[in-house]
Amino acid sequence: MKELKVLAVVVFFTLVTYWGVEPYAHSVMHKHVEFKNFKYEDLKPIAAKGDAAKGQALAAACAGCHSIKAAKMPAPMDPVTASATYGVNPPDLSLAGALLDEKYLAHFLKDPTHTAMVAHKFKNKPYPMPPMATDDQSAADLVAYFKSIAPKEVTAKEAYEFACGRCHEMRYAKWTQIGEEPKTKPNIQTKMDEEKLKFQEKLAQYKDHLVKYLGKLPPDLSIIVRARSEDFLKTFVEDPQAQLPGTAMPRVGVNKEGYEKVFQYLEEVGDPSKPKREAVGPWVIGYFILFTFLAYLWYKSQWKGLK
Amino acid sequence: MAHFDPNARPFSHQWLNDRLAVDTLKRVLSTEYWIPKNINFLWAMGMVLAATFGVLLISGIFLLMYYIPDTKQAFDSVNYTIMSEVGYGWLWRHMHGVAASVVFLIIYIHMFTGIYYGSYKRGRELIWLSGMLLFVSFSAEAFSGYMLPWGQMSYWAGMVITNLFSLGSLDFQGLVEWIRGDYVPGQAFLGRFFMLHVLLMPLIIMALIVLHFGTLRLPHVNNKDGEEIDFEAEAEKWKAGKRKEAKVIPFNPVFLSKDTFVLGVYFIFYFYLVFYHFEFAMDPVNFDPADPLKTPPHIYPEWYFLWSYEILRPFPKDPGLIAFGFAQVIFFLLPFLDRSPNVAPANRRGIFKFWFWILLVDMIVLTVMGKVPPIGIYTTIGTVAAWVFIILWVLLPFITKAEKPVRGHK
Repeated sequence: MKELKVLAVVVFFTLVTYWGVEPYAHSVMHKHVEFKNFKYEDLKPIAAKGDAAKGQALAAACAGCHSIKAAKMPAPMDPVTASATYGVNPPDLSLAGALLDEKYLAHFLKDPTHTAMVAHKFKNKPYPMPPMATDDQSAADLVAYFKSIAPKEVTAKEAYEFACGRCHEMRYAKWTQIGEEPKTKPNIQTKMDEEKLKFQEKLAQYKDHLVKYLGKLPPDLSIIVRARSEDFLKTFVEDPQAQLPGTAMPRVGVNKEGYEKVFQYLEEVGDPSKPKREAVGPWVIGYFILFTFLAYLWYKSQWKGLK
Repeated sequence: MAHFDPNARPFSHQWLNDRLAVDTLKRVLSTEYWIPKNINFLWAMGMVLAATFGVLLISGIFLLMYYIPDTKQAFDSVNYTIMSEVGYGWLWRHMHGVAASVVFLIIYIHMFTGIYYGSYKRGRELIWLSGMLLFVSFSAEAFSGYMLPWGQMSYWAGMVITNLFSLGSLDFQGLVEWIRGDYVPGQAFLGRFFMLHVLLMPLIIMALIVLHFGTLRLPHVNNKDGEEIDFEAEAEKWKAGKRKEAKVIPFNPVFLSKDTFVLGVYFIFYFYLVFYHFEFAMDPVNFDPADPLKTPPHIYPEWYFLWSYEILRPFPKDPGLIAFGFAQVIFFLLPFLDRSPNVAPANRRGIFKFWFWILLVDMIVLTVMGKVPPIGIYTTIGTVAAWVFIILWVLLPFITKAEKPVRGHK
């Protein structure tokens, strides 16, 4: 049929244009970084077998700066004071064994700046995290301990808070670097919300410390899944320096499952309509297929005997 | 004084006829508005455009209820309030964004159909000119709408495009500031582009759509062979029941039935994009909030502006602006630059055939080159394509003047 040929020409030029301005142009604009599946192959495997009991004894030293809620050890300082001291609030270690790659964690305990790839930021000042393991054995013991206390199930939100949430705000989920925004109410007479103002003051101080520590305020991640491609996010988290040389973003060292959890949370907050789209889409398209079928019958009946 | 039937009941057919001539209106605008039979689905693009404009208008009305034109709140009102708090807000937004992009695809198909079949000649000049005015108005509507989410690309595209009004070495900074209402894009800038997008441009577009339809009524639409049809004689044949012999069909219901079918196919495609492939119409860069301190590494317009952007880019500042200005107005002049009396498909028009296909391919090349960074080979290709565009238009009067009459035409 002649009309189908005309349609084929239109579709052809449309697709060529689409290919040129989308996949092709983006492949030229964005650096290609190979995804390595969170294997951290630049780090040597640790042969030593860890002993959780020995690790527990060593972990007492960690509690000087970190909270370990799973072992009922509270934080020595509140987040703002901690950030004044260290630049950033040190993480609670309860989830470290579940979300971080084992090999990464062992190397991080031995040589934090190198493993987190932040040596370039700490040439003239000390990194707040000192090496905590002197050899492979003590590193393996600590890793075994953290694995033993880690919960079996970690939620997507917990994974985000642990891995990203002390530097990155997520205002669409009411998350700040010092925790969730408290639910407060303004005074009905004065219309002023004192509790909220106090919280904001703390947050402002924390952000000040963070900017001093990192050089700039890390971006809010509310809709980062729409602003960056899936491929960029995973290769960036896996190896920040490969995507953005010189960035202050450390290599966090999440394992594959840990990253998937984090991404799940980013998607839940940043693209909340995804499940709704998937539910409504087939109905709308089905409706138009039916519409088109009926319109076709009408068209055929009207054009019958015209040619 | 017209005759009013005193016995007609209010709002009865007779009553309405006396006051509004509904029968005449229906005849003139639909049942006896004659369309040539010799057409293909490309003739339905006008209806597709009207429907897409309808989708933009309705989805826009819903978005307007929640959008806040304030530089501090605009981004979150779009990306948070509409996307996650308003019921089906995400659907309206994706429909609006995708329709804004797809409407340009259909406009370009509609334009190239007109160029291919010579539908801008012999009494149809005003159809072309009013259509070009619509193209320009849609461009202004698209650009002003792109400012509203106040993302990085909104801000920086606003900066770059308003800077063009300094007119190169003339350095009219005063004019740029007057347009922005500030030294840089800010609240005044957002407020006025909001007004343009939701009021002034839609009013202008609706007026132009009426004009565009009006210009079509007397010359009638063209047909696949550019044949000059005696519409009155052919209409008589149709009315006499010679449906097969008549070269025309009434707009309603015969042409409309085909339009509706094409619309159906189009909406399947459109909603596929809305639900499963909307990213192409919503640039990732614009999901970062506007930051005057951080220029994005690549600034590029939406795909439908890329070809004219690429005509600006490869040249030095002043010649680039002149070339850009040339690209903006040259399509208006098409009915006057084409000196051949032939109204026929491009493929039957000698050298014009090559002119048409080279223009189409060249504009696609310009479009792609307008997006990739201007480095190395891309600069060369872009410069060549920009020159090809200019040369094609300079050559047009000469090759059409020399064109031989197409057989079967006077």
